[in-house]
This record gives sequence, C-alpha cells and structure tokens, in this order.
Amino acid sequence: MLRLVHKHPRPIRWMHWINVVLLSGMIWSGLLIYWAHDVYGLQIGGVVLFRFFPEWFYGLLGLRARLAEGMAWHFALMWAFALNGFAYVAYTLLSGEWRHLVPNRNSFREAWQVLLHDLHLSRVEPPRRKFNGAQQFAYTGVILMGGGSLLTGLAIYKPVQCAWLTALLGGYPWARFAHFALTLGYVAFFLVHITQVIRAGWNNFRAMVCGYELVADSPAAEVRHV
Amino acid sequence: MSDPPPAAPARDHSSDPAHDQAVRQELQRMTRRSFATGGVAALLGAAGLGWLKSAPPEGGIPWPLRRMLEFNARLAQAVFPEGRRAPTFDPSQAKEPRVNGRLGLAPKIDPRRWRLNLLGPGAAPAVERALPLAAVRELPRHEMVAEFKCVEGWSQVVQWAGARLSDFIARFGRDTPYVGLATPDGEYYVGLDRRAAQHEQTLLAYEMNGRPLTPEHGAPLRLVCAVKYGVKSIKRLGAIQFTDLRPADYWAERGYDWHLDH
Repeated sequence: MLRLVHKHPRPIRWMHWINVVLLSGMIWSGLLIYWAHDVYGLQIGGVVLFRFFPEWFYGLLGLRARLAEGMAWHFALMWAFALNGFAYVAYTLLSGEWRHLVPNRNSFREAWQVLLHDLHLSRVEPPRRKFNGAQQFAYTGVILMGGGSLLTGLAIYKPVQCAWLTALLGGYPWARFAHFALTLGYVAFFLVHITQVIRAGWNNFRAMVCGYELVADSPAAEVRHV
Repeated sequence: MSDPPPAAPARDHSSDPAHDQAVRQELQRMTRRSFATGGVAALLGAAGLGWLKSAPPEGGIPWPLRRMLEFNARLAQAVFPEGRRAPTFDPSQAKEPRVNGRLGLAPKIDPRRWRLNLLGPGAAPAVERALPLAAVRELPRHEMVAEFKCVEGWSQVVQWAGARLSDFIARFGRDTPYVGLATPDGEYYVGLDRRAAQHEQTLLAYEMNGRPLTPEHGAPLRLVCAVKYGVKSIKRLGAIQFTDLRPADYWAERGYDWHLDH
C-alpha cells in the first residue's frame, strides 16, 4: 500500500531553492571580486599544484576585469542571502525542524556508518528516517558555514569599523582567506549533495519540490517504480 | 534509495490497487503544481534579473545597484561611530606597498615649482591660492602606521608621515560637507565627505616608511585615508576644493562605491 509522507515543510522548500539562487549569485559576484587579487593555490614545497584559478577558468566564465560590478552585486545580494539564512534558522528553531537537523550523540557513529556504506566499505544500511547522522552533520555544518561566511565577510567588508572581528580572525589577509575557503567548502558540499541526491533518486528529490515522499508500507509495492 | 528491508508482508496490500492509483495521482497533481509554481517563480526571478541588469546605469552600474551601495554607506555611517580609528601597527611591520595606480602621474613635474592649488567653489573653479609644500610641512606633523587596503583585495602595512587634513582645512580651507582632490593634470580625482576629511587618520602625507615620497608613490604630496580603500588615497595632489556638493570621483564614475569606507 502506498502513502504520501510529508517530508519538507513549504517554508524550507522555498528557502532552500531561493538559497540556491542567492548562493550562486554570491559565489559568482565573489569570483568577480576574487579575480582582482587571485593569490590562493595549492603549493607543496616550491611546486604549485593548483592555482585558484587557472586563466582558462576566468576566460570560460567571463570573470575578468569586473571588480566594480562584482562588488556592487555582492553588497546587494548579501542582504538577501543573510535574510534568507536567518529566516531559515528562525523557522527551523520555531517549527521544531531543528530536531531532525541538529546532530545528537548518536550522529557521529551513524555518520561514520553512512560514510562506510556509501563508499561501499560496509553493508550496514543507513537508518531510514528523515535525515541520517551524515546528513545532520552536513546540513547543520553548511548552516554554520553560512554564518562563517557572514562573519568573515563582515571582517573584510568593514575591517576598520569591525577591526576586533578582523583581528579575531587573524587579520585582514587571513579573514579574506577564510572567506574564500568557506566558498570552496560550499562547492565541496554542493558536489557531494548533488551526488547523493542523484543516488537517492526522484522520490527524494521530488520531496524538496512538492514536499511529499511516496512510501510503500509493504515490500510488495516498489517505491522506485513510481 | 535501495531495496526495502526484507520482511514478510503482514497482509496482502496488492488487493487495493485503486488506493495506490489514487495516491499516485494525488502526488502527480501536487508535483505538477509545485513545478508550475517553481517555474513561475523562476520566470519572475529571471525577469527581475533582466530588468535589473538593463536598468539605466548610474556611475557605471545599474541604478538599483548604485542605490544599494548608497544605502549600505548610509547604514554604515549610522551604525558605526564617527571617528573610529583604524588599527595601527608597529613601524617594524611596515613594508613598501606595490605601485598600483599611475593615473595622473605621467607628466614630469618639478617639485620646486609644485604648488597645491586651493580652488574656489563651482564646477569651473578659479585658483584662490597656490601653496608650496612648506605650507603643509609647517602644520603639526603626524606619523601613522596603518594597513593600506586596496579595493582589489591586497593589503600592506605602511608607515606615513604628514599633516592632518583636518589641520590643513582649519588653517587654509573651509568646513564644508565635502572635499574634492585632484592630480595636477586633473586626470585622477577623488571626493571625501566631512567625516573622512576630518578623521585624525586622514593625512596629507609627504613621507612613506621614513623617507620622502617617491614619484611613483605620489611625491611631493599625497593623501592617505586610513578609513577608506586605497583608491581614495590620491597620489601627487595638485588641487583641493572645499565644496557643498559631492565631488566627482574617478572610480565612482566607473562602478565603484563613492564612499568606499571600510
């Protein structure tokens, strides 16, 4: 027997998709800014393994010589990005959704199991509930990263007026690096997230659009054929 | 999602295909509606973005973005106390900053014949006075070791020495809402509001890192404004105007915030 299970409340779905747009906009405008002083890379000893970013990357995305434009967009979109983030946190707290999202004392062990399972190193199935331990760490972590981006962003946006914050982050160059590193973190999150969403399939994805998941109460009805 | 865990069915659910069919249809209806709503929202968003990008430009960027920069600047001035000092550093941390801007530095000038022109009011101002460097040197000398931050993202601790712009204004100028500054050839020009002009860390500098300014760093006299990005710290000053109207600013005409407070 099939039934519909309500999974993601409407506000969460809206804020999730709005955030997709806003975070993309922040990363894009951030790249326009970063281009003007693109000093980060991976280096071991004297050997540069990778540079953020290679010239072809800027060329491909048309990111060159658009610093002013990038700043104008970044400092406009930042308000929407922050408001959407605060609204999300407020909603999860007030609605009780945070109980599904915040890791508890079992989450660490569970997250480890999920990791081993997903890497095909263990046959132990992840628990079947709204979010498993790995998801709890990922979804709570990415919200903390959002807070980190706001703080490091403020530290390099107002390094004189908020000098205490900039100093706390190790000074202006380190605050700028932390702001950049967090962005790499979003990209890493995005890649894992997309992979997992594809693996989980349409039923799971659809729940972030319409809110409901189709659940079969007996093994006779195969969910994956819907 | 992988296969459900194997378990013996408690009862035969396949006897109720009508129910399952109804559930599927309900889900299909909701899915269609949600995608339609999302599609409309995406179209509205795209239309809004298109409008925003094609809005008439104001100073090199679409006017709504310009208004946003102005809003941010007003908010910052309302929130942060006036006169808050930029952090200062030990002189041992000071290094030579890179030479980043050469606007207005091309013509050869003779430092002995150099003068700082005080301009009268208006768009085509007359030169009211022409001051030699000695006039600035006679004002109280102040040293400052501050982080010079470029709008591009790099920063460098630099030691400066010079007179406070506020002292210069009190001695030679007028207390106006704005101060406009330009290179002798007029190629580069910046504007300051009173808040920045009166700030104790805004210097008319004639020394950098213990030596007289070099030509590429703005000899014989430049501005250093520690509370704003480096583009405001105009090199090789040639003219200064005290004005009630917001002065033109080279980079603000090219898409940057006029204030560039940080």
